[in-house]
Amino acid sequence: MISAPDVVAFTKEDEYEEEPYNEPALPEEYSVPLFPFASQGANPWSKLSGAKFSRDFILISEFSEQVGPQPLLTIPNDTKVFGTFDLNYFSLRIMSVDYQASFVGHPPGSAYPKLNFVEDSKVVLGDSKEGAFAYVHHLTLYDLEARGFVRPFCMAYISADQHKIMQQFQELSAEFSKASECLKTGNRKAFAGELEKKLKDLDYTRTVLHTETEIQKKANDKGFYSSQAIEKANELASVEKSIIEHQDLLKQIRSYPHRKLKGSNLCSGEMEHIQDQRDQAATTSNPDESADTDLYTCRPAYTPKLIKAKSTKCFDKKLKTLEELCDTEYFTQTLAQLSHIEHMFRGDLCYLLTSQIDRALLKQQHITNFLFEDFVEVNDRVVEKQESAPSKASQDRPPSRSLEECQIPQVLVSIGSYKSSVESVLIKMEQEVGDEEYKEVEVTEPSSFDPQESLDYLDMDMKGSISSGESIEVLGTEKSTSVLSKSDSQASLTVPLSPQVVRSKAVSHRTISEDSIEVLSTCPSEALIPDDFKASYPSAINEEESYAGEGEGAICFQASLSLPEPGEAEEGSLENTLSQTDSCCIGKESDSLRGPLSTPVHTLSDEDGVVSSPPQRYRQKDQGFHVDFAAENASPSSRDISSEGFPAYELDPSCLLASRDVSKTSLDNYSDTTSYVSSVASTSLDRTPSSAHPASPSSERHKKRAGQNALKFIRQYPFAHPAIYSLLSGRTLVVLGEDEAKVRKLVTALSIFVPNYSGSVKPVRPWVSSPLHIMDFQKWKLIGLQRVASPANAGTLHALSRYSRYTSILDLDNKTLRCPLYRGALVPRLADHRTQIKRGSTYYLHVQSMLTQLCSKAFLYTFCHHLHLPAHDKETEEMVASRQASFLKLTLGLVNEDVKVVQYLAELLKLHYMQESPGTSHPTLRFDYVPSFLYKI
Amino acid sequence: MLRWLIGGGREPQGLAETIGEEQTQNPYTELLVLKAHHDIVRFLVQLDDYRFASAGDDGIVVVWNAQVWDCDTGRQVQKVSCFQSTVKCLTVLQRLDVWLSGGNDLCVWNRKLDLLCKTSHLSDTGISALIEIPKNCVVAAVGKELIIFKLVAPTEGSLEWNILEVKRLLDHQDNILSLVNVNDLSFVSGSHVGELIIWDILDWTMQACERNFWTQLDTQQEIKLYQNPNDISIHHFTWDEENVFAAVGRGLYVYNLQTRRVIACQKTAHDSSVLHIARLPNRQLISCSEDGSVRIWELREKRQLTAEPVPTGFFNMWGFGRVNKQASQPSKKQQEDATSCSLELIGDLIGHSSSVEMFLYFEDHGLVTCSADHLIILWKNGERESGLRSLKLFQKLEENGDLYLTV
Repeated sequence: MISAPDVVAFTKEDEYEEEPYNEPALPEEYSVPLFPFASQGANPWSKLSGAKFSRDFILISEFSEQVGPQPLLTIPNDTKVFGTFDLNYFSLRIMSVDYQASFVGHPPGSAYPKLNFVEDSKVVLGDSKEGAFAYVHHLTLYDLEARGFVRPFCMAYISADQHKIMQQFQELSAEFSKASECLKTGNRKAFAGELEKKLKDLDYTRTVLHTETEIQKKANDKGFYSSQAIEKANELASVEKSIIEHQDLLKQIRSYPHRKLKGSNLCSGEMEHIQDQRDQAATTSNPDESADTDLYTCRPAYTPKLIKAKSTKCFDKKLKTLEELCDTEYFTQTLAQLSHIEHMFRGDLCYLLTSQIDRALLKQQHITNFLFEDFVEVNDRVVEKQESAPSKASQDRPPSRSLEECQIPQVLVSIGSYKSSVESVLIKMEQEVGDEEYKEVEVTEPSSFDPQESLDYLDMDMKGSISSGESIEVLGTEKSTSVLSKSDSQASLTVPLSPQVVRSKAVSHRTISEDSIEVLSTCPSEALIPDDFKASYPSAINEEESYAGEGEGAICFQASLSLPEPGEAEEGSLENTLSQTDSCCIGKESDSLRGPLSTPVHTLSDEDGVVSSPPQRYRQKDQGFHVDFAAENASPSSRDISSEGFPAYELDPSCLLASRDVSKTSLDNYSDTTSYVSSVASTSLDRTPSSAHPASPSSERHKKRAGQNALKFIRQYPFAHPAIYSLLSGRTLVVLGEDEAKVRKLVTALSIFVPNYSGSVKPVRPWVSSPLHIMDFQKWKLIGLQRVASPANAGTLHALSRYSRYTSILDLDNKTLRCPLYRGALVPRLADHRTQIKRGSTYYLHVQSMLTQLCSKAFLYTFCHHLHLPAHDKETEEMVASRQASFLKLTLGLVNEDVKVVQYLAELLKLHYMQESPGTSHPTLRFDYVPSFLYKI
Repeated sequence: MLRWLIGGGREPQGLAETIGEEQTQNPYTELLVLKAHHDIVRFLVQLDDYRFASAGDDGIVVVWNAQVWDCDTGRQVQKVSCFQSTVKCLTVLQRLDVWLSGGNDLCVWNRKLDLLCKTSHLSDTGISALIEIPKNCVVAAVGKELIIFKLVAPTEGSLEWNILEVKRLLDHQDNILSLVNVNDLSFVSGSHVGELIIWDILDWTMQACERNFWTQLDTQQEIKLYQNPNDISIHHFTWDEENVFAAVGRGLYVYNLQTRRVIACQKTAHDSSVLHIARLPNRQLISCSEDGSVRIWELREKRQLTAEPVPTGFFNMWGFGRVNKQASQPSKKQQEDATSCSLELIGDLIGHSSSVEMFLYFEDHGLVTCSADHLIILWKNGERESGLRSLKLFQKLEENGDLYLTV
């Protein structure tokens, strides 16, 4: 074989003289450095070599008021996964970047403690020393016994691949929000229950105290009160106050703004049911009333006990575990959701992005995608992706739902409730908070500052992080600004963001370079921005954009949050949006900020001629959070990127998925779903989540197997082409054989070539033992038929022989095929027996891509108007037919029988397009009167 | 085919004409199975250009639309169950706005299903066929007899409907199976032993009678060896201006009314009795049979016969060793020497798994067959349907506002 240099040498033409042979070698600084981990035997595409853990995992940590940050559990719960990775250390890191954790307290001018419905905060964080990058999702749960009633938690998705975290930010955020919402809903329920118990206790205590006081009063008629009596009276007053406070808390927790529930995708349909029930409960009954009634009727089992009026805030008591904080059902669902996340983001980024693009494109191909795609999968994911409108399925809600769940009232969106949540941000630290502890968490609790200090705080925050020695670099501090400017303080709202603030930020991230933790991004400021508001609120992350370009430091990224989807904007009622926009004077700001949004994000990298290589996420409406890497960004990162862009052509996606886990040899998809979770630290759970996401039959494994067997078939049988042609052209292929397993295997393999009807069932019957009927040929396009070596089989064979014109028959036992002749060019490309493809899944992808091409041809043929309708009245049918034929032949380049394939697909497309209710009927049986031939090996 | 599947042995072969899988002239390349009946489907009635009704032993009448490809499931229109006996035939007299049912007796009904009048008990076997002839008369085939009844509509004298027996025609030697109006002048009856009698429609006299008319074609007397009554009974007639087409046993015969001769025949058109035949406008003849198949024939003028010596071997008559159409040519030629036309098999429709009872032909929508396997199959011209679907597709696109035409 002549290799490339040889060719050049033999053909010394003019154009080749242009070749830069004599150019000087690249300067040293431009040459690509050797892969640093090559010595360890890792492949150059593995970005994990630097990390101490073998694959991505999810970590849940808590900032415990007793012991500080601590890891609670990991998903998957396999010590092999995180290996020597220091969870404690990392917990400290991720818990220390939460700017949001605001505490409940007495806001000035308010008599009672207010619950703060804090939105979760989402940050991206990197620890280059550990080689770990994390998406961190902070949330707070309520605990009556905790300081300020809140317990800060965070869930982190930890990966060694920084780009994965950055580019999957939106997806991660969406998925983690679901988990968080699930957890918080359960927590609110548990918290309300806790409050009810507490109230009963208090009520009981009050009664007891009251009786005692009365007794003392009666016993003492001297006109003055003994110190004992005064003490009792004080105690009683304190109990009274406590009751009012707790009642208020209960009311608050129950009036949790409903819009948040609506906006968030709940974990499962079941949860939606619950929510709907609550909606109904809320709409049908007055929340206060029901609160009262269910206080006394709903939990008769609880016996109240005498308690001390003063709440105990001691450090020796045992804090509730995460599971105790949350309703068990919800907790289980959360775990299921988390393991779903783990499963969803497993594998190489390239693979993730490709499959995302794939899915997005497939969704667009709604006219043709039913033909060869696994509709189950498509549908599933479509549903998954869509913001599901609040379903009205609650009509048929299961009556088994217990009363207590139904009776927790939910207030529908109301301005009042929203306001209260805004006001509640304006709080001071409670006095009880220990100073030393406070200092320690200084950076993490910015909102504990007084509103007046907010501007100072901005600077302070920067400086603090610089000088803290904690090696924290905050690049994207927009969170803090946005939080403060928008909702943390009314005062700061009116103060325009001063240039100084911006400059100080810019400076801050130029100066730091050696810190091991870089907060690369925070959530585009979803925190504290009401959902209703988002449409008019470009996030502060855009501010970052304006000066991010100046930053020549480590990694700078262009993040743009374009306007939210229309659907999202619609979520809030118009009324709400208007009134709220009025009340806060953000209008101008948002207008000015909206400007840069319109500029495409890609321009920068395009101009610089950088190969922005990993497959860019594909978005139909471009609601994206695009992250591009600028040219100046040090070569390592772009090299990384280009390595990601390396086509995973011969790489098995299943292998990629599992590549993180070398020890794991089984590629069994079904076992993947059972990755379970259990406790690491304070939580005490051994529950396995009810596998909420069972593998669909069209799993990777299925594809791999089908591909492998199809490949085998193609190599083994020289008559594979006519057989596949039969399938593609809608002629039923009957696989006849004695051995069921063998027949089934081949049927499964060949099913990848069978075009679907628009129905929901693939027209494949893997195993039939009764004689075939004409209906079968109309319904099924691939049939596995049992051959019995007995006279009873004569009927089966007779029927087969009778209907031979409708079928191609592949006799597995005799290795023969009887079917029409095929002389096209399509199938040889689709099923080349000399193909270099070795892996089943690769072959499956190859087939899919070829079939997609075919679909586009069929689409073109079907929807070309001039091909099917006479151009004028006088044009005869023959002329139309000849036009069609020449189109198929010349424009689409189809040879001989390939025409039939496209024509068949076109008929399916037409039927599918015209069908009002898909999946109800089978198309007509189309056939040709063509002679069949017998093929033998 | 079957031999290949079973793996050796001789394929059991009927004597019927066969055609290979390549049928270039067969336009029916699309089929739709309609399933609504739970028993044998016996009758199909065309309602208009695209609708038809089916009736079967399950006592259900289903109305279908042949136009659409995903058919409606059909619905029962109306059920009549006030008959005293099995009803073998029905006929509608449009002029008088009544309909008649024939069973053991003959009943006259009006639109509202009121019994207007009836005859006395005629026979236990019942009326097998019923046709209308001029002068308010009907002809009923009862056993070997043809009975002519006159219907008396209510007049000023009597308000009652009445039906009177006018004449009995006793010329048939066996049970009469088929009876049709051929034209304004005559009607034809056929019997179990293969008698074909042409009657004058006005004076009910016999115009022509052909008994065993197929034998006149035979030069070999041996042929009678296998003539059992089932092979010669006349099941069905159809006609055009010139010819009467008769389904005789397993064969098809074309009888010219002018020349009073059989001008074309296909002695073994099917493997089993032919149950129904129909003449299509394009000189095609369609037959369906107990063997479960439907065949399409074309009546062709014979070319000038070449004086070719024809081997008249006995074995050829039996079809031994015949594997394809070519091999059967000699015997066929020999049979048809005396005829001036030939019936060429141009296609067959295989779909039903049991006897095909009847079929209907729609000019625009193809063929509908019904069968003892409880199914109805709609056979369509695939190419035309494809075009229609395209039309419909673009209509829908236009309705949805998705159609963009560039000039």
